[in-house]
Parts: sequence; structure tokens; C-alpha cells
Amino acid sequence: MADDIAMRASGAPPPHASDASPPRASGASPPRASGATPMLAAEELAKYFDVSRPLLQRLLAREGRRILRAVDGVSFEIPKGTTLSLVGESGCGKSTVARLVVGLYQPTRGRVLFDGQDLEKARAASEQRRRMQMIFQDPYASLNPRWRVRDIVAEPIRAFGLTRDNAAQRERVAQLLAQVGLSPLDGEKYPHEFSGGQRQRISIARALSSNPEFLVCDEPTSALDVSVQAQILNLMKDLQRRLGLTYLFISHNLAVVRQISDRIGVMYLGRLVELAPAETLFNAPRHPYTRALMEAIPDLDMTGRQRVPVGGEVPSPISPPSGCPFHPRCPLANHRCKAERPALIPARGTPETVVACHAVEEGRDGAAFTPMDQRPPGPRIGTTATAL
Amino acid sequence: MAPILDVRDLRVEFPTRRGTLTALDGVSFAIEPGEVLGVVGESGAGKSMTGAAIIGLLEPPGRIAGGQILLNGRRIDNLPHEQMRRIRGREIGAIFQDPLTTLNPLYTVGDQLIETMQTHLDLSGGEARQRAIGWLEMVGIPAAAQRVDSYPHEFSGGMRQRVVIALALCAEPKLVVADEPTTALDVSIQAQIIALLKRLAREKGTAMMLVTHDMGVIAETADRVAVMYAGRIAEIGPVREVVKDPRHPYSTGLMASIPPLDRRVEHLAQIDGAMPRLSAIPPGCAFNPRCPHVFDRCRVERPELLETGATRAACWLYDPASEKQAPEALRHG
Repeated sequence: MADDIAMRASGAPPPHASDASPPRASGASPPRASGATPMLAAEELAKYFDVSRPLLQRLLAREGRRILRAVDGVSFEIPKGTTLSLVGESGCGKSTVARLVVGLYQPTRGRVLFDGQDLEKARAASEQRRRMQMIFQDPYASLNPRWRVRDIVAEPIRAFGLTRDNAAQRERVAQLLAQVGLSPLDGEKYPHEFSGGQRQRISIARALSSNPEFLVCDEPTSALDVSVQAQILNLMKDLQRRLGLTYLFISHNLAVVRQISDRIGVMYLGRLVELAPAETLFNAPRHPYTRALMEAIPDLDMTGRQRVPVGGEVPSPISPPSGCPFHPRCPLANHRCKAERPALIPARGTPETVVACHAVEEGRDGAAFTPMDQRPPGPRIGTTATAL
Repeated sequence: MAPILDVRDLRVEFPTRRGTLTALDGVSFAIEPGEVLGVVGESGAGKSMTGAAIIGLLEPPGRIAGGQILLNGRRIDNLPHEQMRRIRGREIGAIFQDPLTTLNPLYTVGDQLIETMQTHLDLSGGEARQRAIGWLEMVGIPAAAQRVDSYPHEFSGGMRQRVVIALALCAEPKLVVADEPTTALDVSIQAQIIALLKRLAREKGTAMMLVTHDMGVIAETADRVAVMYAGRIAEIGPVREVVKDPRHPYSTGLMASIPPLDRRVEHLAQIDGAMPRLSAIPPGCAFNPRCPHVFDRCRVERPELLETGATRAACWLYDPASEKQAPEALRHG
């Protein structure tokens, strides 16, 4: 129980918990693309939430503060013009990272660099704020129902004072609507006249209206039906090609992520456990959690094979397990995994992957050395997944 | 074998101020003992509505306006409320998407299981408690003898859904209607629940109707699949054929738009447009405005389910009398 509740004075910087986070190995951050400044860099980013009960109740129950570590030391870089996806199950902290990255939350620790500049400084200038936009999950909640579509799309143009000329504004809105596959005439309508997929197109048009370079997309297709999801994914890829956009893409759907990402980070309990180029991650997943996740996805293959589901459930981020957060569910866990938090370091065999796993580091993970497509036939990772 | 559930030409209507909306139109299918029928489709296709009509829980003003629902050969669509209430739980079990709203937060899970069993089965309190513990063990809840006295909030989401499954099955119904039973769960938990449902249906010989939008879940669990579109069945057949070799242009488009996990495709297949609203279902085939193979007949005449290969598809391309026949691409995956 003592572990469960982090006792600490309010306001004091959160201590680096007892699981002594080891110094970051030099390879921990992905190699920079030929020295160019990445669009975005997160450095040891952390966000803790105080979810303690009110003071009086705490005193009566003689309990300490309860700190939820939503994000606990995450580092990554996104080179310009590429897509980094973060995947993980609910509660892993991926949406919190998205909010930290656009400045909707203040980090508890660590920092975000936007085009080489500290995010806090960057956000003070509207010229910098204009360069980043966000697309949200629920297209029903993220559009004001009482505004016409043309006003919704034009709002960033007005807010950033990009043009004061009404005719130019109207023309720009029409052009944006056409760009996302809607009719310029749709600008006169209200959001309720559109289906979910069309509303997500409106959200995208709004995000593009300030000519951003960097888009944070938090589960942009998970509220949509599968045939519409395909439309939106195709649109996003097409816009990236045409406008040279950089995306941070948050999703729980590995199949979607594979279609859109250059690199993928897998999160578990507020930490990055694996970060790799998209194809490498799918062909040779290294972290036991990544492998379990891929194994668990129901597929359309119908091989009739017996699935080995990951046992247990995701522990509470208020009292994360010691050492490696995945160790209670991990088939490869040993005493070291229980005691020592693994650092994100290049994996043996697939050096372009960085992985936080003692078993991989020590070479105890056996089969993972053979890339998927070179393995002998037998139980294999499923093909097509899934959600409509 | 006689089917447990036989739905014939079911029609559900919603009278509104602006006219009557037809939510389900001519839906027919049957489920045999031990069989899992998957019902898939996009939101608004009528899949949950079909489940609700069968368990007699249509939201008013929705009503069954035509057709029949037979459970073990007996009509249940026209039963009075009180009689239907006795059938629910005893003969039809229901599993819904959100396990938290299904369970009563004020009673222990044991009490809820015991109450359900004592309502429907002739059991003493002690026997019912023993069985409740047995059911919790069967659905994979560790330390069932202790957890039986816990309240729903003391369980995690995956564990709660296991309790809901135990609750749906504890009176040993012949039919279980499961509406999106894994949608609210994380993937790693989803796989555990799917495996459990499948095993129980097989062991107990229960017929199961599994409503979901997740094709992967269907492919892993169902024996047969019905693909719904705009309140109608577009295609129905064995799961392998419908997933691997769909015949209806809508099923084909649907399967193709699922992003593959094993490779990256530059451009995903997409079906342009969206499903029509209930107030504006086009005449003829409901899919005709989005169909790449549409021809004159589709715009005027509504297609019946026609035999094609191992499945039946509601598409005029498979009527030998049509002026246009299915292209090779559709006939052979």
C-alpha cells in the first residue's frame, strides 16, 4: 500500500520515483534526419495529475496525495513532413501527450520543442501558434452547432488576423471546403446537416485554414464507420503529400496506424515502450507488449488458430508496478524487470527500433530476432483488422 | 435441425410527425442451436434494432409493423408485455455494450446472479449461490468465491463484462443476443471475451446473435454473417465466404475498406458517399446511389436475396433475368 500512494508535499517537484530511472542512453532519441531541425521534439515529457481526495477526507483517512502519472518521461522527435503515430490502449497516456504537444496542458517535467523553439515561448507568438492545429476525435462535439460551416472554417483566419478582406476570406473558405472534398455551397449549412465523415472533413478544413505545418490528430477516425474512415485516411495522406504537413497521429487501431505512419511509438502506462519505423515495427515487433497487442487483434484470416490473449489487465497509473510497468503481464519478466526500469535503447538485431525491455537487451526474447516475413509458417500475426 | 430463432420478413417502423420511418424492412434469418450468427453493418444499418426487436425492447415509438419472430417455433413478437418479460432472461439472454450500465451498482454481483436464477429457475438460496460462484469461475473471474460478494464498481471493465456474460447465461437461455459485447473493451481484453463467448455457445448449445461493427470479431467468432445496410440484409452466408469472397457490391466495398494490418496500401478502397438517412432511402436497391455496378433495374425494383455461390445477396447482378450480370471480379473475390 505504501507504494500505491505517493506521499509528497504539494507543489514540490515530483521526485524521480524509487525505480531510479537510468540515464538515457545516447541512442534513446531517434537519429535526426541529416541534422535538420525536427518539426517537434519531446524531451523527457511528463504530466502528473493530482487526483487526491479533498484535504479533510485525506486527513481523516490518513492517506497521502494520489498522483496519477498519465505521461511519465516520454521522448521523441518528428522530422518535418513525416507522421509519427502513438498507439496504445485506453489510459496509456497517448491523448495526454497530444495535449501536451499543442500546449493544452503544461508538462510537469520535460519540455516540448516546436521547430527548435521552446513550446511555451513559441505559443506566446500568434505567428507560431498558427503553425500548429489539432483535429479531435468526436466530430459531433468539436463543431459549434449554432455556427454556419463557413464561420467555423473561417474562425482561425479571423483569430489569427490572416486576412481582413471579406471577399478574400470567403474565397479561402470555399477553397478549403473544396480541398477536403466538400462543396463550397456547404458553407451555408449548419453542422447537423452533415454525416460524421463530412463533419470530420469540416474539422480538417478548419484546421487547415490557418496554413499550419503541424497537425495533431487525436483519434480522428475512431468515431467513424469503416468505409468513411477510409475516405478520411485517404484525404489526410493526400493533404500531407500536397501541403507537406507533419502529423502526430494518436490511435488505438494498429491497422489504421500502419496505413498512415512513417514511425510508430507504442505506449504503455504513460511510457514509450517501443519506437520504430512503421514497417520495422510490424515486421519485427520487439517489446513483449507490442507483440501481445498485435497477437490480440482479431483478424479476418480465420486460421482457426488458438489465440493466446494477454493475461491480466492494464494496472492503474496511480500505482504503476515497479521497474518495467509491463512486468506483471509479461511472459519474459524476471527479477530485474521487477526492480529496474528499462531505458529506451536500440534493440539487438533491429537497431532502428528503440525498445525499453531488459529481455530484448539481454537477448532473452528468442523468436523476435527473426523478422516476421522470414519466419517458418505457423502461428503468425494476423493480417487484416478490423473495426468497421 | 430446427432453428432456435426464426425471423421472418421483420419490419420495424417509427411513426414520426413527418411521416413513418422504416427502420427494418424485410429482415429474415434463422439461427440454429450452438450457432453464432454475426450481424455487421455501419452505424444506422439496423443491426442493434434487429436485436432490440427480438428481445422485445424496441424504444417507443418504434414498433414491429410486420413479419414474425419465432423462438423454438413459437411466435414471440406479439406477446403481451408480462409474458415477454418472463421469456427475457429465461429463454433469451442479452449482453449489451456497456457493462457498467447493465449491472445494478447497489447490489453485489452475487445477488444479481442469484436473483436472476431464482426468478427463472427453481432453486434454493444456497443452490443459487453455489451456481453463482460456479458461473463466475466459468467466465474466468479469479477467486470467484470471494468476488461473488463484491459490487460492480470493484471490478475492472473486462471483469464487469465477464459478469454481464455470466448474468446473461445463468438462467441457461436458448438464445443470447450480444450487442457489441467487446466494443467498450481494449484489444487485449477483447480477445479474452471473444474466446469466452465462443466457448460457452459451443459448450451449452446456445444460439447466439452477435451484433458488432468489428469484422475481426465476427471473423473469429461467427459461423454465419448477415451484412446489413439501411435496415435490410444485403448479404447473408457462411463467415468464410462473406469475408473472403463477398458478392454484394456493398459487402465487397466494406471488406476492402478495412485497413489491412499486414501491409501498407497507398490508397485504401473507399465507398464514396454515406448510408442514406431513414427518411430518404432511395427506391429500388438502397445501395444504388453508391454502387459502382448500378444499372436501371436497381433504381426501380428492390432486389430479393438471391443465391450466389455459398451466400445469398440482395443484388440484381445475380438474377439470371437481369440485363446486366455480375462482373468476374465480383463472382470470384
